[in-house]
Amino acid sequence: MKKLLIGNHAVSYGAMLSRAEVIAAYPITPQTQVVEELAELCASGKLKAQFIKVESEHSAMSACIGAAQAGARAFTATSSQGLALMHEVLHWAANARLPIVMANINRAMAPGWNIWADHIDSLAQRDTGWMQFYAETNQEVLDTIIIAYKVCERVLLPAMINLDAFFLSHTAQSVEIPEQDMVDEFLPPYNPEIKLDPDDPRAFGGLLPPKYYMEMRCKLHSAHRNALKIIEEEEKNFFKIFKRKYGLVDEFYTKDAQIIIVTSSTITSTAREFVMRERKKGRKLGLLKVRVFRPFPFEKIRGALKNCEKLVVIDRNISYGNAGIFATEIKSALYGFRNVPVFGFVAGLGGRDVQLEDIEGMVDFARKKNFSKDEIWWGLKK
Amino acid sequence: MRLTIPEEEVLSSGHLACPGCGATLAMRLALKALGRDTIVVIPACCWSTIDGVFPNSALGVPVMHIAFEAAAIAASGIKAGLIAKGNTHTQVMAWAGDGGTFDIGIQALSGAAERNDDIIYVCYDNEAYQNTGIQRSSATPYGAWTTTTPRKHPKQEPKKNIVDIMSAHRIPYIATATIAYPEDFVRKFKKAREIKGTRFIHIFSPCPPGWKMKEQDTVKVSRIAVKSCVFPLFEIEDGKLKINIKPSRRQDVRDYLKLQGRFSHLKEEDIKRIQKEIDKNWQNLLKREEAHEG
Repeated sequence: MKKLLIGNHAVSYGAMLSRAEVIAAYPITPQTQVVEELAELCASGKLKAQFIKVESEHSAMSACIGAAQAGARAFTATSSQGLALMHEVLHWAANARLPIVMANINRAMAPGWNIWADHIDSLAQRDTGWMQFYAETNQEVLDTIIIAYKVCERVLLPAMINLDAFFLSHTAQSVEIPEQDMVDEFLPPYNPEIKLDPDDPRAFGGLLPPKYYMEMRCKLHSAHRNALKIIEEEEKNFFKIFKRKYGLVDEFYTKDAQIIIVTSSTITSTAREFVMRERKKGRKLGLLKVRVFRPFPFEKIRGALKNCEKLVVIDRNISYGNAGIFATEIKSALYGFRNVPVFGFVAGLGGRDVQLEDIEGMVDFARKKNFSKDEIWWGLKK
Repeated sequence: MRLTIPEEEVLSSGHLACPGCGATLAMRLALKALGRDTIVVIPACCWSTIDGVFPNSALGVPVMHIAFEAAAIAASGIKAGLIAKGNTHTQVMAWAGDGGTFDIGIQALSGAAERNDDIIYVCYDNEAYQNTGIQRSSATPYGAWTTTTPRKHPKQEPKKNIVDIMSAHRIPYIATATIAYPEDFVRKFKKAREIKGTRFIHIFSPCPPGWKMKEQDTVKVSRIAVKSCVFPLFEIEDGKLKINIKPSRRQDVRDYLKLQGRFSHLKEEDIKRIQKEIDKNWQNLLKREEAHEG
């Protein structure tokens, strides 16, 4: 069934169709409709979940940790300041190897207060051990939540599905809502063998001395590396049932492109439009959307960038004292592989719109130059 | 006389507690009362280490460790997970120190209590951050020495009244308990087990290294704490307060203070002030009980 859905409701439907068993969430703009819709779905009986209306995001994640450790499928959603408050327990969820799925509405960090799109909130959680997906459309949001549960429960890692504040969270798009029985076919119930169980008493998360700690962390890292393969497998399984696929990355005219634009999330759609226009003019421009950021798909990225001459990386974030984070990571993927000039543009922070003209300007900039040592802050007011 | 304390030991030997640890004797009794169909949640506190080093655990029941400020909500999350999976019988007990209850964990505890989440929350109160090396908490009493309230400037503020705070949440069951009165202790945990909703039990938990007392005095100090009304034993059931032990003649607080090096610097005027505070609290408790009886 097709329905007009805002991104936040796509999140709620994704959680419902995944049959989340425990939901714990705390409201924050621009995530609130996720919580409201889930509360409605629970109240109406459409979703049979335990909904804990917690008093903070730290508690939301801690409740999910408890529920998942007890063997239940747990879900939460947050944004920005809320995600930052969770930071401590994000590490906990990943280190405990709990397959929790969370939607994060990408929003800027204060001060000053800014509720608009920016990726620094989730990218600042890069090293917590969570898988990170960045969605371009509301359909992708809904589908990725379902796919993420399947992957998480296979590799025992948590996953964060990121969507841009307002550009997706509050924008209605036509979304195909999968049938429940088809989702059930794809995603079986979660019944872990090892959990909190009085018939099989175990201790979870106790003292772990240097003798063991490092091995545990290496296993978590290996699970991430392995997840690349599992995500692709499950995307294939998803495609068989639903005829939609997304990939670790999405390549658009990359094969013969001289310049490739690298994006994530909603800026991708604008860049896609620009690439199509340029192609009509015979200009060899391509686009690489990085959809899965953790685990980082090194091989896919190298494969996509093997022929291009220049790269334009658009970052809706800044790592202070370094550069845009995607640009930095793309450079690390190229190290020892190809020496291609990377033009890293910092753009669209705090919800500033990135339009076709902006992307055209960035590509022109890259065409005219051979190299840029530093990142370029795009559209800064003098 | 009928034995009211279950004989079965759920907590095993080999744990890492200091000699004379009140919190460990308390866990032993609590698990005897609650039985094996129990899941324990432990935030950062002494018990994060007492249970043992991976892969060992002394508890005999499932245990999940969690971040310092999250004991109550992690317990709520587990309970929700169990219910989602059709298990409505297992008790979930959060077991936190005074730091994790009075200070950093009070937000999550207040949230769980306001929602009346179906958990047992136990605070074993050793009146300071003992696990990190004896720093003051808001549970440290007036006049006490800790490493952050040195003898030249001991703690100036009275202990936070956590039971009043929990009482204001109107949860179905609140009790105070000490291992010096094991029958009373076990009875309260068994009663808590039969009640639905948030149950809060405040345990007086002597810490020989932190309180600078002899390890063989844990029970003695606990008993004098009750007899001197430093730590009265009472229950609040559906808002109704009942005092369990009423000393016929209240013991002088000096008997309590002199067993603990953390109070050895106190002057006569400090002791008088402490006695006055105890008297006031005791009178308030008696008045509250009387009001509920009336």
